Amino acid sequence: MRSVLPILAVLLAIVAVWYIAAIRMNSTWTYDQAARAETEVSFAEVVVDTMAQERPVLPAPHQVAVGLWEGLFGQKFTSKRSLVYHGWITLSATLVGFAIGTGLGILLAVGIVHNRAMDLSVMPWAIASQTIPILAIAPMVIVVLASVGVTGLLPKAVISAYLSFFPVVVGMVKGLRSPDRMQLDLLKTYNASRWAAFWKLRLPASMPYLFASLKVSMAASLVGAIVGELPAGATSGLGARLLSGSYYGQTIQIWAALFAAAILAAGLVIVIGAIEKVALRRMGMVR
Amino acid sequence: MIEAKGLGLTFQTNDGPVHALTDVNLTIGKGEFVSFIGPSGCGKTTFLRCIAALEHPTQGALTVNGTSPDAARQARAYGYVFQAAGLYPWRTIAGNVKLPLEIMGYSKAEQNERVRKVLSLVDLDGFGKKFPWQLSGGMQQRASIARALAFDADILLMDEPFGALDEIVRDRLNEELLKLWAATGKTIGFVTHSIPEAVYLSTRIVVMSPRPGRITDVIESTLPKERPLEIRDSREFIEIAHRVREGLRAGHGDEV
Repeated sequence: MRSVLPILAVLLAIVAVWYIAAIRMNSTWTYDQAARAETEVSFAEVVVDTMAQERPVLPAPHQVAVGLWEGLFGQKFTSKRSLVYHGWITLSATLVGFAIGTGLGILLAVGIVHNRAMDLSVMPWAIASQTIPILAIAPMVIVVLASVGVTGLLPKAVISAYLSFFPVVVGMVKGLRSPDRMQLDLLKTYNASRWAAFWKLRLPASMPYLFASLKVSMAASLVGAIVGELPAGATSGLGARLLSGSYYGQTIQIWAALFAAAILAAGLVIVIGAIEKVALRRMGMVR
Repeated sequence: MIEAKGLGLTFQTNDGPVHALTDVNLTIGKGEFVSFIGPSGCGKTTFLRCIAALEHPTQGALTVNGTSPDAARQARAYGYVFQAAGLYPWRTIAGNVKLPLEIMGYSKAEQNERVRKVLSLVDLDGFGKKFPWQLSGGMQQRASIARALAFDADILLMDEPFGALDEIVRDRLNEELLKLWAATGKTIGFVTHSIPEAVYLSTRIVVMSPRPGRITDVIESTLPKERPLEIRDSREFIEIAHRVREGLRAGHGDEV
């Protein structure tokens, strides 16, 4: 309970800075309007106005909160204006991409640990793949897949997987190699096969590393899915919501969609954290 | 049982060859308890690892049960106890002891029966469901000995198994190890830094010395097979310990 106070203090400080920034940035427009109407505005009037503009440069926190609330609960979940609807579209692509990315990442890691040729050849490519800006790759993936008739969820999931496999590869290679020399020697004295060494030693030993990677890769999956929604002229998904908001200068809509994405990401990472806790406890690795 | 003739092992390093073992001649008979003692770098652990086929000698011949060490390893002829217990943190004590049995394909019923038996042998009845971190260091090392005893290897190789434990626990485990040895009749190879431990446990003490790693003396123990802890105050014990100390000093030459 003692940790509540510092957390609240930090949160309050952020909100305060946000409000000050909103007043400063939005006041330009207020002064312009006043100048155009050839009237004078007092500071108090400026403050009130900057809190309630329709298209503020920086929406005030309460505007974002209202926008988020309206977006989530202001209409039926199936409505095209609902953030729940858009969130679900993005979430489904995220989860499919996460599953593909994690599966691929684990397979690559197993290959790298067990095969010298793969050890030498795969990692440089994996690293190279992550140095290419995803924004450059995303339109190509979508265009190429569309040309062979694949549209909708799958192209987004592919982009999502492209971002999420990497942390899993890195974490799992480290995890599968974490057993020390003595533990490997012990299995050797049992004349254990590589298969047995993998299932009984390497895989269980890698679990803490896997879960740490999954948290990173889950967040990366969501980013991938959102980026995948940007170039396609998609009409649904949080990415599409961000894009249409910026087309029409709907800053409140942009911020509401951003917060919806952040909440989604936090929720997903918390879910993985909970699974991690249960899994490691059942394995006796948490005291 | 275990026979080494002119055994040598040279590691090639960037600073030139390192002679870990040179011209080791030793025969260990069935049911013997042989200790290897000497300063770091004398090759005692390396010799044990050669027997276990974890290292491969570069000169000479080594046979285990009349076959090559590799063949003996494949026949699962020995259990190995390392300096650290090395229990898997994600397995219970029973699960850890079961590990070799699972790998060797024993039936479920046989696994449980053997686990029960060896846990009782090392005095850990009732601890099967605990996880390693719930046990003290001494209990963990006992569990690791149980793990090495679980399958029917007739050779037990122990590499400073009690080195990390305090002296009180060490004394108890030494006593228990002798009982275990009497009860199972296994052949034991035991690496140690401690002169009293070597003298107390062994039927034969192999004194080794470094640069190059070699055997400098082999001492037959005249102590009876039945050895209470008090035997360490007897004249005979002190005489043997003295001889071991002399052997260690001689091996060191002018260095000490």
